[in-house]
Order: sequence, then structure tokens, then C-alpha cells
Amino acid sequence: MDYKDYYKALGVDRTATQDEIKKAYRKLARKYHPDVNADQDADAKFKEAGEAFAVLGDAEKRAAYDALGAEPPRGGQGFRPPPDWEQGYQFSDPPHGAGGPEDAAFSDFFENLFRSGARAEGRTSGMRAAGQDQHARVTLDIGDAFNGTSRVLTMRVPEMDDAGRMMLKDRNVSVKIPKGVREGQHIRLKGKGSPGIGGGPAGDLFLEVAFAPHPTYRIDGRDIYVDLPVTPWEAALGGKVTMPTPGGEVGITIPENARTGQKLRLKGRGLPGKLAGDLYAVLKIVNPPTTTQAGQALYEQMAKEMSFDPRKSMEA
Amino acid sequence: MKKAKSHSDEDNLVDELTLHELCRFCDADEAWVVELIQHGVVEPHGAGEAEYSFSQISVLRAKKARRLERDLGINMPGIALALDLLEERDHLRRLLGRFGMAS
Repeated sequence: MDYKDYYKALGVDRTATQDEIKKAYRKLARKYHPDVNADQDADAKFKEAGEAFAVLGDAEKRAAYDALGAEPPRGGQGFRPPPDWEQGYQFSDPPHGAGGPEDAAFSDFFENLFRSGARAEGRTSGMRAAGQDQHARVTLDIGDAFNGTSRVLTMRVPEMDDAGRMMLKDRNVSVKIPKGVREGQHIRLKGKGSPGIGGGPAGDLFLEVAFAPHPTYRIDGRDIYVDLPVTPWEAALGGKVTMPTPGGEVGITIPENARTGQKLRLKGRGLPGKLAGDLYAVLKIVNPPTTTQAGQALYEQMAKEMSFDPRKSMEA
Repeated sequence: MKKAKSHSDEDNLVDELTLHELCRFCDADEAWVVELIQHGVVEPHGAGEAEYSFSQISVLRAKKARRLERDLGINMPGIALALDLLEERDHLRRLLGRFGMAS
């Protein structure tokens, strides 16, 4: 397993006080909280800070961590804890204490050093309980949401082994993404959460749907927005052009004298569903570079024949 | 178009939740959800707790509220404010995106 530099993760010195550590963690938690920060890597940074704080924020764990040494051994790769690890330290608080990130499956480093010894309390023989629900997020391409698809997700979940110890396990979960799913919806996978105890039913797994940014399409609820470039003459004369949509190419009619920023609606061409969304083409007039004499002559003729001052409304 | 739509496709999409289901979803008790309602964070349909149903938007807001409370220690008025501001920010970002200026 890899060594984790928790001081670096929180951006504090090894000599930092508990107050400084708490402050640094709070700042990072606010900044990278996945409900606040939609960046792709925010979630990972939030978890990293949470893991670091779970150790450094606790005086006993911090002392144990410090005892490992100031330098990441052997460049951090292939780290093994010393054989007498854990001796003299007692990690009294429950591994899933309040204030930590949800269902946190921390790094191997953390799980091995700070969690593997934790016995589950009150979960011994004769006890029967339903497994916990789990929550995760799945990021989809717009095409996947438009057409529906299936995915296999790898979940890292803490599971109890026979000796009642928490172990990290990779579990593959296949999920059917329904056609027309929207951002912020939840997919429920019955019985795919944490396993039950003593024959109790397993919990459910809830997947929150998020969309990956797309170079062409922007999604707003059920509706899809597309920038549609048109030439000055297409905008002036109107006519039919073809444009891509997630459901394939469609023809769209440009009205005469169309403007940049004008929105054309294609009803029902947004995300499919009982109430299908609409697709909006936002026109953007693009003028070509004029490189030929004939081209220049056309513009000169326009300049002569069309009296148009786009700066008329500007104040001097 | 094929007519036969597999039932399980629809089964696994979370639609409206009852009060009880929302409590389980958020790992919270009813009093906490009632507090969400009192602060206007979520708005159930139906009269009386027994008939409450929560839309997908409410489900998402409730989940975010729970996480903000647990992870950042925000109290209920703070959660209500944070969620409103986040929604306004997301709306403005989408508008910016329409003008090709997304950050």
C-alpha cells in the first residue's frame, strides 16, 4: 500500500496545533464538498481531506501516525507498517464517527492502519439486522442518458469478515441506466447496499446521476441546448440546415433575418421520457474570412446597397 | 418502436418518496424532515405527514441538506441559504454556458 502524507493533504506543518488542523480541514471541506464543488476531482479531494482529518484530528491516531516517521518510507510505495504497530495505542472512537464523509471507504493505508483492528460492536452472534443503504454517484455521457445503457461499477466497500473485522473489498455492480435519466435523479439498486447481519436483508444502493460536460450539448433539466453556427447568408435568407442531436441528425429551418443568440426550439428532441424535453438551437452567425476578390466585391456591394449602422444606439 | 418495456427499468428509478422513505434515504428521523419543510428546503405534496410525497427535486435537496449538515456542521437556516445560493449559482453557470463563457 502507499504511504499517505496527511499533513500535506491538509496543507499544514507537522507541528501544527489541533486547532490549526481543524481549521485547515474545515476550509478544505467547504471548498471541495461534492455538493458545493462540481469539479470532477472535488470528491476525491474532499475524501482525502476527510481521511487526513480522521487521523490528525484525533490526538491518539495522530500520535500513532507521527510515530511512523516524518518521511514517507521508500518514496511512499510499498509501505508496510512496523510489526509492533498498534501497540500502546487504543483507537477508541468508532470508525464511522459523525463528521466524516459518507460511507467513507478510505485508502488502503488508512484501512490497514486505523480501521482493520476495529471490532464491530454489538454485532455478534444472534444479532439480525438489515444492511445499510449506500449512496454513490455515477457520471454519464449525454448519449448514455439519451439512449439508456448499462454499466458495471466497481464499488470499494468496507465489509465485515468472519472474524468481525472491517475489510475493504472491491465489488462489481452492474446497473441499467434507464433511457431519459436526468441529472440529479437517483437509481435504486435493491439489495446492492451493505450486506445484512445474521441473515438480515441487504441494504439498497442509490446512485445519483451526474452528467459529464459535453463539447456540443448543454443540459438544463430535460432540455438540451446546442450552439448552431450559421453563415451570414443563411441567417439573412433563412432556409434549412442539418444539425447533430444526441438522437441523430435533424433538419432545422432558419427563419429569415435570424439573429445571433436567437433560440430555435425543436419540441420533444430533448431528453426522452413521459414528458420529453426540448432541444434548443442557439444561433451563432459566423463570418468566413474573405480571401478572394470576388468575395470582397460581394461585401463592397453590400456596403454600398445596405444602409446599416450597428453602432447607431451607442452613445458618443 | 418496441412496445414491451421491461418493468425493472422503471423500478430502479427513484420517483416520489413518502416521508418514511425519505427518512430512510437520508438516514434521518421524521423530526429532521419536518424541520426541512419548516425552513422551506423541501416542499411535500399532500396534506398531513401520512400523505406527504416528495418529488425528485426534494429528494436531492434533502440529501444535500443532510450531507452539508453532517460534513460541514451547518445548521438549518444555513443549509436553506446554502442550497438556495448553490441553485442560483448553478443557474447562472448554465446561463454563462449558453454564451460560451462557462468557467
